Amino acid sequence: MAYKNFILVCGGTGCESSRSDEIYRNLIKEAESLGVSRDVQVVKTGCFGFCEKGPIVKVLPSESFYVQVKPEDAHDIIAEQVIKGREVTRLLYRKDKKTETTKLEEIEFYQKQFRIVLRNCGVINPENIDEYIARDGYKALERVLFEMTPEEVIAELKASGLRGRGGAGFPTGMKWEAARKAPGDIKYIVCNADEGDPGAYMDRSTIEGDPHSILEAMVIAGKTVGANFGYIYIRAEYPLAIERLKIAIAQAKEYGLLGKDILGSGFDFDIEIRLGAGAFVCGEETALLQSIEGKRGMPRPKPPFPAMKGLWGKPTVINNVETLANVPVVLTRGANWFSSIGTDKSKGTKVFALTGKINNSGLIEVPMGTTLREIIFDIGGGIRNGKKFKGVQTGGPSGGIIVDKDLDKPISYETLTALGSMMGSGGMIVMDEDDCVVDVSKFYMTFCVDESCGKCAPCRIGTKQMQMLLDKITRGQGEEADLAKLEQIGKAMTKASLCLLGGSAANPTLSTIRHFRDEYLEHIHDKKCRAGKCKDLVVYEINPEKCIGCGLCARRCPVQCISGEKKKAHVIDSSKCIKCGECFTVCKFGAVIKR
Amino acid sequence: MAKMTLDQLRALRAQKQEELETRNVEGKDIQLIVGMGTCGIAAGAKQTFDAIVAALEKHKLANKVVVRQTGCMGLCYVEPTVEVIMPDMPPVIYGKMTSDVAEELVVKHLIEHSLLDNHIFDKPAIDIAKH
Repeated sequence: MAYKNFILVCGGTGCESSRSDEIYRNLIKEAESLGVSRDVQVVKTGCFGFCEKGPIVKVLPSESFYVQVKPEDAHDIIAEQVIKGREVTRLLYRKDKKTETTKLEEIEFYQKQFRIVLRNCGVINPENIDEYIARDGYKALERVLFEMTPEEVIAELKASGLRGRGGAGFPTGMKWEAARKAPGDIKYIVCNADEGDPGAYMDRSTIEGDPHSILEAMVIAGKTVGANFGYIYIRAEYPLAIERLKIAIAQAKEYGLLGKDILGSGFDFDIEIRLGAGAFVCGEETALLQSIEGKRGMPRPKPPFPAMKGLWGKPTVINNVETLANVPVVLTRGANWFSSIGTDKSKGTKVFALTGKINNSGLIEVPMGTTLREIIFDIGGGIRNGKKFKGVQTGGPSGGIIVDKDLDKPISYETLTALGSMMGSGGMIVMDEDDCVVDVSKFYMTFCVDESCGKCAPCRIGTKQMQMLLDKITRGQGEEADLAKLEQIGKAMTKASLCLLGGSAANPTLSTIRHFRDEYLEHIHDKKCRAGKCKDLVVYEINPEKCIGCGLCARRCPVQCISGEKKKAHVIDSSKCIKCGECFTVCKFGAVIKR
Repeated sequence: MAKMTLDQLRALRAQKQEELETRNVEGKDIQLIVGMGTCGIAAGAKQTFDAIVAALEKHKLANKVVVRQTGCMGLCYVEPTVEVIMPDMPPVIYGKMTSDVAEELVVKHLIEHSLLDNHIFDKPAIDIAKH
């Protein structure tokens, strides 16, 4: 007995709160009372990511997409669609009142996401080159080898408006052109897969899901600038990505898409993998090149840029994974198509790793110009456990925090920089009211202290000084003058550091001081951390009126600092307390208070 | 295969394109595609994969079904994910498919032709290769 129709009712948090559960029950009831419960199955699903138009109901196989459905609409859906096979037009999604949009594919960006870089991730088997080829893989390479001149490739890239996705946003076409024009017979192509931001995994997932897109783009780059050799610099902590790259390289060589005389064109190109040891600074391009050469990974002043003097002093194109993954699509679809997506100066899409206190954490790709609010509340499904949104950290240790009032700004390189953050590689960490901004700033600064290569003084000394000041504040020993010191050192580091590691290390601290000065002052004057994260400022106590003396907290306390007789109020000895918060978590009566 | 020429590449693409569209591999017309990026594997996708294979053997479906792997679909919060493509059923993406629900998936979806409650998720975006 097979069902003829399936009705999918969104069971995401947003839709549940607008009575999708009642819709679900009504649909089942209606199907029974109209005698069609054997023809239709009603199913609850996860979030459809279109929460603003919820509750959402989708009917398969007709793919009817109903929005803002009410429980009383259940009758019509069953009576019209299931019995008579007609869509309930009044419930169909439409962009504005005049248009009669019906089919899902015609709904422009109904899902907000648009996948160019991740086009094959989750679709093809990454260990099978045939599946990549079937989905227009190596088609751009065909064009570049047989139909286009290098100048045309560069012109196409320039016209597309593609900019570097590693963070800085340098136009890719110009980078390639500079390397092409640079004198020299030996040139190199390098893929920067040294993804190191805490919470970022865009490049890893792209390589794991679609390794051939990187290989194809590197061969294209080689042909365009006149290089015959490429390196992929990837951190050793990504074993699965490395494994899949190795498989992909072997398959491409077998098919003659890498190696000598590619597809009979006479062009040779080979790729080798170089494993990084996990130093954050090696994501900086000049440090990365040093590391490939076998030297200690430290940046050098620019210019000369790598396009002029790169690997072993030879002209080198160095592109980030995500940038390269765009290249084959730009060349198969054309610059016009690509530049129609995005904003005036930022074209195409951007991949973000959405993590933190968010309901739907995951890897997302959105057109440039999408707002942070759409990303966090529509795609991400809002903040976990109904907590209040505090801020979103973009760009990892180099980025800043963006607060509620700026969430409606469209995402582009320029707007994020103007907000004191940066595009960065694409980590996006959402924070709620339980996160302490001083603690977060300290975390990122400690990361920068660990990762600073030590070559230039502003970064080596500045990060350490800032970290010590932040630590002082979180321990309740801060003074108001420390804030001015933090800002002064931060600005000096931003100006004087040799590379962007130091140049952007102050961003998290400076942006939090700007937006949450009151919270810093609270730590300094009131010795209080409102989020309860800074352990030295937190005191745990037991409210004797609420405590029933069950003894659960005393048994759980790892340092045995809670005492009291059975069935009588217990007491915490704060001199021994290590502030682990275990008693607070286990108490079922809300008797443990955090202050 | 030895090194290809341009024409061979084009021929291969046409042939594989058709295969991928019908998703009909080796005469097996049901496909289960398990998301096996790092996030999926960390959430137990390998165990799910094994449990699916075991359930298919148990219900004597192994000769009709291809179990394949793919990368991260982006739905990291509901990993492991499994996409099911088969005739007479709409293509569906299931999330939170830990190994303990693998058999339920095989029985309900593949044998009884019905969908699993609370496990269905949507493709995150339209497929640009088809539009």
